Amino acid sequence: MKIRVHVSLKPGVLDPQGRAVHHALEGLGFDGVDDVRIGRLVELDVADSTTDEALNEMCEKLLANTVIENYRIEKVG
Amino acid sequence: MAFRAAVITFPGSNCDRDMAVAIEEVSGTAPIRVWHGDAHLPDDLDFIALPGGFSYGDYLRSGAMAANSPIMQSVKRRAEKGVPVLGVCNGFQVLTEAGLLPGALMRNASQNFICRTVSLRVDNDQSRFTSGYEAGQTIHIPVAHHDGNYYADDETLDRIEGEGRVAFRYVENCNGSRRDIAGVLNAQGNVLGMMPHPERAIDPAHGGTDGITLFESALQALVSA
Repeated sequence: MKIRVHVSLKPGVLDPQGRAVHHALEGLGFDGVDDVRIGRLVELDVADSTTDEALNEMCEKLLANTVIENYRIEKVG
Repeated sequence: MAFRAAVITFPGSNCDRDMAVAIEEVSGTAPIRVWHGDAHLPDDLDFIALPGGFSYGDYLRSGAMAANSPIMQSVKRRAEKGVPVLGVCNGFQVLTEAGLLPGALMRNASQNFICRTVSLRVDNDQSRFTSGYEAGQTIHIPVAHHDGNYYADDETLDRIEGEGRVAFRYVENCNGSRRDIAGVLNAQGNVLGMMPHPERAIDPAHGGTDGITLFESALQALVSA
């Protein structure tokens, strides 16, 4: 089973990287970009028997730092 | 009396030797060097230091992998028993990732790696790591980091400030840290994490010796305990 874990900064947490990229996009002449937030995509290939609970635990314990990040688990198939 | 300290080395630590030298200079006893894969810490430790560096190449997040290494389980248990634990730079990142300290350390607001001596204000002069300083005193300690931007939510910041758990603040905020926080204590006061490197300020040849007091304070706390 292929899983994608999308890790993103929580709303309200400043994202200096996103801000720098936003600035760079403006520098390239792209107008109308309101905000840029940078996250991380973790792709997992796990046994089909892996439970949602185990996936959540992987995110809570390691893949995301829940002090600053949210995560979303997507089952790709 | 011998000061029984341990310095943990993770793959990618690079300030472990400096830390060991600083502890030996101040205490007169060389610390025990512990490898991250060791399952257990030596018995009866008086002090545990997590050094700076780039443990596990900063994979995933700075300190994230080290926080889950076998030895950190032992460090957590010792910390819970009250053994003093000092985490400097990457060591601070490991302590937050391990949940021993609140908050997280994010990429510097400037996006740049910062390597220079900064001025710190001592906020708490009552802790076992800072009792030799005076509250409000300005000290000069080097920083060298890319991910030193301290973040915690408002509620957490209010709580740690209310409990006197901010050990040091930057006089001039160099990395975007919320409320200028450079060093944080746990609720029990036996765990300190800080981005600046006190072990790099213990000899006049370093450009300053303001770091000595931190190690002396830790030693003094043990002697008077």
